[in-house]
Amino acid sequence: MKAEIVIVGGGPAGLAAAISAAKEDNNLNILILERDSELGGILNQCIHNGFGLHTFNEELTGPEYAARFEAQLDDLGIHYMLDTMVLDVASSVVTAVNSKEGVFTVECGAIVLCMGCRERPRGALNIPGLRPAGVFTAGTAQRLVNIEGYMPGKEVVILGSGDIGLIMARRMTLEGAKVKAVCELMTYSGGLKRNIVQCLDDFDIPLLLSHTVVDIKGKERVTSVVIAEVDERSKPIPGTEQEITCDTLLLSCGLIPENELSRSAGVKINPATNGPVVNESFETSIPGVFACGNVLHVHDLVDYVSEESGRAGRSAARFVKASKAEESPVINIKNGNGVRYTVPSFVRVNELEDDLVIRFRSGNVYKDNYISVLFDGETKLHRRKPIITPGEMEQVILKKADLANAPSEILIEITEI
Amino acid sequence: MKSSFDIIIIGAGVTGSAIARELSRFDCSVLVLEKDEDLCTGTSKANSGIVHAGYDAKPGTLKAKMNIRGNELMPTLCQELDIPFKQIGSLVVCTDEANRDGIDDLYARGITNEVPGMKILSAEEVKAIEPNISDDIVCALYAPTAGVICPFRLNIAMAECAAQNGVDFKFDSPVTGISKAGAKWIIETSSDSYECSVVVNAAGCHSDELHNLVSDKKYHITPRRGDYMLLDRSVEGYVKHIIFPQPTAMGKGILVTPTVHGNTIVGPTAVDIENKDEAPVTADGLVKVQEGSAKNIKGLPLKQVITGFSGLRAHEDGGEFILKEAEDCPGFFDCVGIESPGLTACPAIGEYMAAMIAEMLSLKQKETWNGICKDVIKPFELSSEDREKLIKDQPEYGRIICRCETITEGEIIDAIRRPLGAKSLDGVKRRTRAGMGRCQGGFCSPRVMDILSRELGVPLDSITKSGGKSKILTGRTKDES
Repeated sequence: MKAEIVIVGGGPAGLAAAISAAKEDNNLNILILERDSELGGILNQCIHNGFGLHTFNEELTGPEYAARFEAQLDDLGIHYMLDTMVLDVASSVVTAVNSKEGVFTVECGAIVLCMGCRERPRGALNIPGLRPAGVFTAGTAQRLVNIEGYMPGKEVVILGSGDIGLIMARRMTLEGAKVKAVCELMTYSGGLKRNIVQCLDDFDIPLLLSHTVVDIKGKERVTSVVIAEVDERSKPIPGTEQEITCDTLLLSCGLIPENELSRSAGVKINPATNGPVVNESFETSIPGVFACGNVLHVHDLVDYVSEESGRAGRSAARFVKASKAEESPVINIKNGNGVRYTVPSFVRVNELEDDLVIRFRSGNVYKDNYISVLFDGETKLHRRKPIITPGEMEQVILKKADLANAPSEILIEITEI
Repeated sequence: MKSSFDIIIIGAGVTGSAIARELSRFDCSVLVLEKDEDLCTGTSKANSGIVHAGYDAKPGTLKAKMNIRGNELMPTLCQELDIPFKQIGSLVVCTDEANRDGIDDLYARGITNEVPGMKILSAEEVKAIEPNISDDIVCALYAPTAGVICPFRLNIAMAECAAQNGVDFKFDSPVTGISKAGAKWIIETSSDSYECSVVVNAAGCHSDELHNLVSDKKYHITPRRGDYMLLDRSVEGYVKHIIFPQPTAMGKGILVTPTVHGNTIVGPTAVDIENKDEAPVTADGLVKVQEGSAKNIKGLPLKQVITGFSGLRAHEDGGEFILKEAEDCPGFFDCVGIESPGLTACPAIGEYMAAMIAEMLSLKQKETWNGICKDVIKPFELSSEDREKLIKDQPEYGRIICRCETITEGEIIDAIRRPLGAKSLDGVKRRTRAGMGRCQGGFCSPRVMDILSRELGVPLDSITKSGGKSKILTGRTKDES
């Protein structure tokens, strides 16, 4: 099999990348390989609204948001294969399996990695206790409720205040379950402020910061969990234990980009994001292999995924056409105080299609601080932010014109007033 | 099902299943009673998955004898029953000059036990084959016949083989009473009553209770809990052999080893507890596991943990395997205190116990007996030609359900439909590895539940994690109800 661009994954990133690549050059043969039985990825189970504010200026549900993209595929002549699992990615060959073709390969000119992310499971959190039924990651519970139409439990404790956990606190409550508490190990929530207000505060669900689960009880099904307060080193404080009767523990303790294919292909990974290191075109360390969406870094809003993925798709289309990038000065982007990572990691100035958007997350909560951008040590941007939290992605936009006199380094940092 | 058998085996763990398979060679009727919903649910499911070489057990004991014989039998058994087994060799490492004698003693013990191929390696020799070994390495005892095995498949395959040769199995049948009626034994379970000439007590941690129901000579088992951490396959290659510390009175210590499937396992701790049915992982245990591994291995990436679990060893006060007919109860055969090296020993225990019972009942070998049993077909272990043909004939082998372990719908269907097939998520997991990978079933468990529901013809909300009251779902949502 042959295609000019293979897109690995048909979720929001893959859809946006495919569409923008096709719009860049409508003669390209573009193939999306999707492991699920439908396109749309995790959007299919996100039946709440709030998607699309930036992209469409309206609030859509997840499936509605996905449908806006899916509707364009046929017109643009984009091919896709469902129930198809990619097994291996090499620089110009993708190997996959499905029940119709068996194991097959697709030779291609460019690859866009759009595999998304997975949830951190109980086992990776080292939560002590028994291993009964009733412990779910929040996303698995969301699938059971929203896709299968079944309830995973009636009395719920949630560990972790990531967005899916917050959304599920509300969803389970609306379905008649009692959500007794959301425990967060950190001193701040990992989710969006709007979700804390709309999903917890509005339903009187307590958010217990600096708390964790120290025991899970119940041989067959969860009967209770024991929670405790933690100290500044995240260690449970003896004597603060409380046992909460419940039949369900939901976990919303972080998302891990699914980069097993990227790693085995030899793509360089950024340890801060667990996603590939990319340049301004979302190209990884392997020429012609691009990455976007949550496989690259975990996003807070799908709108940003779509925007970035559009750029990645266009870059892939240009790569296929021109195949050889011209020489360009390179600007490295450095993480300064409080900045955990940036995407991209470096910029080839001549390859910039437009203004440069640099997205990043902070490593802590900062109140009334400044986001500063320095070009080779000289402050270029100094913007006050009332609140910066790890749960919300930050961005700075730099004008293409300003980058023309290419500095060798751009530093982004969070500074006190 | 009929209620009268020549032999009833209590317990469908590795010991009971090994004896069942050996007895299935003979012309007799055998029933295995299991208290849980599936095979391999107790000690057999939560252990290190190690086939020990046999230098550790005290010479002359049944532990030593069964270990050596079990190790000898294992390669052939694994071929016959399609069990993943890799003889990767073990190293008992000494990291303190003061304890060097301990390695010499272990070597001498191994020689007495007739363990083949052992060598004492110098620090340099160990470093050459295990680059991540502790800088404190002094020397190590190398035993090439030690290996890693899939404990689930070992247990399940022996039971499947027994079943294909006519042994009956009854699950969800905890034994509630044992009594004598003339020459026969009467076994009461929570739902039925059976009679038999011979009882085999292979009840793991509960084997003392069953024995004590009938015999005046009492046994006492202490469940000895062990915590483990299982690391992702991305750590594969960090250690290449089974790495043990030097043994202590509480056992062989915290080992680090590749599993037969390419994960890395670290553990176990050893803590005597009281509850025989619950083995919680403890925070303290996980700390001990991490500290224990750090003594022998440098920088093991423990952050790559995908799950922690805990198992119980059935430790009898005497510290020895008890494999005999109870003195005051003719026809009541005990397998009590089967702790490490029980997994290694089980084929030998099967052989040993079956011979004893066959002699007592004057059993004759069957004319035809099929000792071969194939595992679930794994398309990604086939040649590409065979795989293409398989997927063409049965497209469900081209549909990936478990992404982390690349397990297809075909494998899951096979695991459910085969004799003594899976009835729960854990049952599917132990037979196929679906859900055993890095996402721990986050993606595949709803899909496996769908397949279980369809194949078993039961509603989705009756699917359990591991039988009994372990239902995954509590009912329909408002819209659907």
